[in-house]
Amino acid sequence: MPNPSGVPVLRFEDVTVSFDGVPALSNVSFQAFQGESRAILGAAGSGKTVLLKAALGLVKPDSGKIYAFGQELTAMREKDLFDIRARIGMLFQESALFDSLTIEENVAYPLLNQKAMKCPKPEVHRRVAEALEFVELGGTLEKFPSELSGGMRRRAAIARAVVTAPPLILYDSPTAGLDPITAHTIMALLVKERDTAKTTTLMVTYRYQDGNIMANFRYNSEQGRLEFSRHGGQDLSTTFMVLQEGRLIFEGGQDLLEASKDPYISRFVKQRG
Amino acid sequence: MLDLLKAPVFAVQEFFLLTSAAFRNIFRSPHYGDDVALQMDAIGVGSLPITAMIGFFSGAVMALQMSRALASYGQVNQTGTIVSITLVRELGPVLTAVMVAGRNASGIASELGSMKVTEQIDAMRALGTDPVQKLVTPRLIATSFMLPLLTIIADFVGMVGGWLIAVVYLNLSSRQFWSTAWRALEWNDVTQGLTKPLVFAVVIALIGCFYGLRASGGTQGVGRATTQAMVAATVLIFVLDLMITKVFVWGAS
Repeated sequence: MPNPSGVPVLRFEDVTVSFDGVPALSNVSFQAFQGESRAILGAAGSGKTVLLKAALGLVKPDSGKIYAFGQELTAMREKDLFDIRARIGMLFQESALFDSLTIEENVAYPLLNQKAMKCPKPEVHRRVAEALEFVELGGTLEKFPSELSGGMRRRAAIARAVVTAPPLILYDSPTAGLDPITAHTIMALLVKERDTAKTTTLMVTYRYQDGNIMANFRYNSEQGRLEFSRHGGQDLSTTFMVLQEGRLIFEGGQDLLEASKDPYISRFVKQRG
Repeated sequence: MLDLLKAPVFAVQEFFLLTSAAFRNIFRSPHYGDDVALQMDAIGVGSLPITAMIGFFSGAVMALQMSRALASYGQVNQTGTIVSITLVRELGPVLTAVMVAGRNASGIASELGSMKVTEQIDAMRALGTDPVQKLVTPRLIATSFMLPLLTIIADFVGMVGGWLIAVVYLNLSSRQFWSTAWRALEWNDVTQGLTKPLVFAVVIALIGCFYGLRASGGTQGVGRATTQAMVAATVLIFVLDLMITKVFVWGAS
């Protein structure tokens, strides 16, 4: 359950980001608390990716403030941001695995390069193997990203995002470009990570089904699979947000979202499979 | 009008910011020694055959061309002098740099450009590495180290090419060719011949990285960055060549 009394894990305060004078995010404000899940819906070009990159300090806002773990990212220099970034996992849209490194080296990358990690070398191999086991890619350590399928690359990228056990994970369109079965597998992994490690999760997507799985399914660790758990109402810890052309036009629970009369919002809800 | 100027001015500013960051990082940890060695192999060893070949043929052709002009003064025996001076001062550094620009400025731009458009650069920053430290500085160090060495090799192979022509077609003795070639060189020529590749190396590495890191808009953007990097590096090599030569000629007089 979210804990609104504590310090928010992530907080946006009236954030505006623009590229060459064209706004990508306009006056976005929200806050996410420990243990909360957020599904951020939006069409292509609505500012979803920019929002996640701003949360990591990869993109600097023109105005407004961003806080992660109570620290203001917008006031920090690039080299000071590395310590904050070590506590945030990120899955990039096209996986963004390093082509020149093997899967093992890719997953080990944050452990070896993040100063805040201080992971002893013998420990690295064990944690990498564990993370790859988590995404069911145990036998691919020596392979290069180009040798894997799209879905496998996405899983390897998830392993890289979770290997440091960050308290906050950002997923950029985790199911984009995947077939429905693979997409479901990826969503199952997201829920599994959230429920086993109790991470705060921000997921941007253009597929309503992804948000639906996030809100209504739980990972059952005994049976090793997802199970439906909508206890007579929507799960309070999952909040939906909708972005339209850089503006945050909706924030609330699933029922409220489904009841919305806004044509842009109902377009997302209708595509539900 | 001002808006038109804005973009190029910002680009130049960005280039100088990248340049200063890349140089600053040489003295800062972490140092990526493996990447430097890898780049030295790709840029130096990889360019060796092509620069040696270019050096050989340009030396040979210089000997042939100049022998005609020298013959009209009855000075064919000075072929070695002409070949060694033109190679060491001018042709060696410039041709090697142009070859390496064609091979590596474009190669660096396309590699970094692909990384940029597939978000690998962002991933690098997200995972705790400064891309300038990890990607730009090793390429700068490797090119600055390898280009002068490649130039020395190209100069030497070029002289061998000139020697072959002198002996086979111009009926000069080997001794005559090499002694005139050796005696022609002064310290000024050698310093000039080594300053040039050092400056060109900085240009090649940084222009390649700069255009690569600015790439946007998918594979098409990578293609554009590659071409721009090669063109910009080549043009800058010729402009800087004139400036450095002027400084040395002025300094000598």
